[in-house]
Amino acid sequence: MSLLLNEEQQFLKDTAKEFLQKNAPISHFRNLRDSKDETGYSKEVWKQMAELGWAGILISEDYGGSNFGMMGLGGILEETGRTLVPSPLFSTALVGASFIELAGNENQKKEFLPKIVSGDLTTAFALEEGPRHSPTNISTLAKKEGKSFKINGQKTFVLDGHSADTLIVAARTNGEINDSVGITLFIIDKDTKGLTVNRAHMVDSRNASEIKFKDVEVNENSILGDLNAGYSVIEEVLDRAQIGLSSEMLGSALEAFDRTLEYLKERKQFGSVIGSFQALQHRAAIMFTELELTKSAVVGALNAVDENSNDRGRFASLAKFKAGETLHLVSNEAVQMHGGIGVTDEFDIGFFLKRSRVAEQIFGSSDYHIDKYAKLSEY
Amino acid sequence: MSTLQTFRQETRDWLETNCPPEMRKPGDVCWGGRNPSFSHPDQEIWLEKMGDKGWTCPTWPKEYGGGGLTYEENKILQEEMAAISARPALGSFGIWMLGPALLEFASHEQKLEHIPNIVKGKIWWCQGYSEPGSGSDLASLSTKAILEGDEYLINGQKIWTSNANYADMIFCLVRTGPQEPKHEGISFLLIDMNQPGVEVKPIKLISGKSPFCETFFTDAKAPKENLIGTINEGWTIAKRLLQHERSMISGMGLGSGSGGPKSKTSALAQLGKKYAGSDSENKLADSILRTKIAKHDLNSRAFGLTLQRMGEEMKSGGPSATASISKYYGTEQNISRYELMLEAMGISALGWKGEPFSAEELAITRDWLRTKGNSIEGGTSEVQLNVISKRVLNLPDK
Repeated sequence: MSLLLNEEQQFLKDTAKEFLQKNAPISHFRNLRDSKDETGYSKEVWKQMAELGWAGILISEDYGGSNFGMMGLGGILEETGRTLVPSPLFSTALVGASFIELAGNENQKKEFLPKIVSGDLTTAFALEEGPRHSPTNISTLAKKEGKSFKINGQKTFVLDGHSADTLIVAARTNGEINDSVGITLFIIDKDTKGLTVNRAHMVDSRNASEIKFKDVEVNENSILGDLNAGYSVIEEVLDRAQIGLSSEMLGSALEAFDRTLEYLKERKQFGSVIGSFQALQHRAAIMFTELELTKSAVVGALNAVDENSNDRGRFASLAKFKAGETLHLVSNEAVQMHGGIGVTDEFDIGFFLKRSRVAEQIFGSSDYHIDKYAKLSEY
Repeated sequence: MSTLQTFRQETRDWLETNCPPEMRKPGDVCWGGRNPSFSHPDQEIWLEKMGDKGWTCPTWPKEYGGGGLTYEENKILQEEMAAISARPALGSFGIWMLGPALLEFASHEQKLEHIPNIVKGKIWWCQGYSEPGSGSDLASLSTKAILEGDEYLINGQKIWTSNANYADMIFCLVRTGPQEPKHEGISFLLIDMNQPGVEVKPIKLISGKSPFCETFFTDAKAPKENLIGTINEGWTIAKRLLQHERSMISGMGLGSGSGGPKSKTSALAQLGKKYAGSDSENKLADSILRTKIAKHDLNSRAFGLTLQRMGEEMKSGGPSATASISKYYGTEQNISRYELMLEAMGISALGWKGEPFSAEELAITRDWLRTKGNSIEGGTSEVQLNVISKRVLNLPDK
């Protein structure tokens, strides 16, 4: 395996950088936040992203995608992490597209995938039911009634849940809470009767929601994959999601570091630039070292998905652990090293700190992945 | 078949024919020298075969006895050797540090004289860098070399010279320009250890072992042809060689990676289970230790991927300032791995000698103490962080 991007992947990443710096810099994110935008992202920018082909990167050519794989998408996500641009790229182009590609039947693929590619359909994945990531902690119940199912329960922290057209819901059709068997995936239109979506305003000003299901009726054609066997698909998609999110987090960490390094070189105190002080130099050097390790973990993991490695699960935990630890460290140090200005709202560096903590929690914190890695390593 | 596939097949066949059975088992690596010692007769055969082929230094030019292999060919050779668990035929500071520096800075005649001997393991080299008054501030060194006729006369003292008591020759930093600014009066000189003006005293370390010596020069002599590069411009060579040294040392950070080809569990986690036990779900019973070990394993894996990525980025370009990143992280990892072994083993890793302890346990105690030198030798961790700050991040001095 190679840990370097090939020409095509590098080109995608460079294009993404150029596009985002021009069309969606951090000020774009700030405007969305300050204008209390209902959608939470710019539909216009999303449309342009789709035109660049980003929405269909994981989708096969049969349905209009480019099938460039995770190495292709990872570079783009890294660049979105740099400008903190909110968009359906993660929830739809990565998570939603993967679910339908991996588990959808022919009809479902034909119905949803081309619309995802064109940017006309967005998805959200409703999984979590508690404050900490736990993919088997599912008590939302889908009860079979003839040829249909009636869903009752509540989901939390559904990324893009308030703006998505379609929900992918993990519900229990059998077994007890925390069983991995008995979980079924449903594709449900957001306008289905009995669904209540409440936007959750998170500290990072990104998009999440709480969703209540009250006697939501869906027919069996809405099942994605096999009845009671949704968990293996969830696992595979979670691996991808953790890895893709790690790319984005790496981008945020790199940007926060670059901004801090600039500041160390220009801010003067005691008659010298503060970057000449060894107390700060060594901490900067340690952050740089951690960033290098994180880059390697992330690219190794992206590669593991594309190469269908049987070690994908451990790679996903490696990437998410390392990205979580490093973004945590860098976002803290970035604020500290900026001094007073670092804790003002006017200055952008605080955005990285807020984003860090939310991203760390998405699909498992570093602690969660330490445990998972040990389990997968049989100790 | 592509050229590389052909090369792989030929390499596999050659190794099959020429690698003696004993050399396909783990064990010590030969260091060569004028009076080499071999722990097994196969070791001598293996050294001769590999030395003749130049595969002790696979990527060095054929002209000087090296293997002349490309980056890709060398990768194949290493893979094929690993596939039959072949031990390296030779290890030495000549291979890891001096040779690469000579290839870059020495004259054609100097290369012809010294490099083939490194490839074949004919000379045991040691390193004369640090002095009692010049540790982290290496460039303040004061061992003097004065040209008298056709010879340099050397006076002074070096310290931390690894295995100087076995070495045939020393590559040494000496002050040839006492009036010049400190970085501009240093030269890189090769000195024979086997002469009356050189005296060696081993230093006993906290581990009880003596891998390092003090080396004293009293009117020791070296022919003027043994000065590498330009007089008073040795600091450039010194720094370059340090990068090679740092790359060499950083490999130790990979320690906990593999617990054997068939196991998913790292050697460190296996040790943890052996001493702390497993619970009913086959988890390491001490959950705090388990977390620490998993964290260590994760970092070790990220570090291994980093070395691989840097290698791919540089291809045959040789080490750069990134060597400081790997030296810093690799040694810190190795140190933390031994601390975790101690934590796992309890008092079993704290024995000094005697029946209650196994040989393996006693070795771990001594090796743990040895690791304390890792973050000091080859430039302390703090010096590496300085290098990263200044050379990589371009943070200013003032």
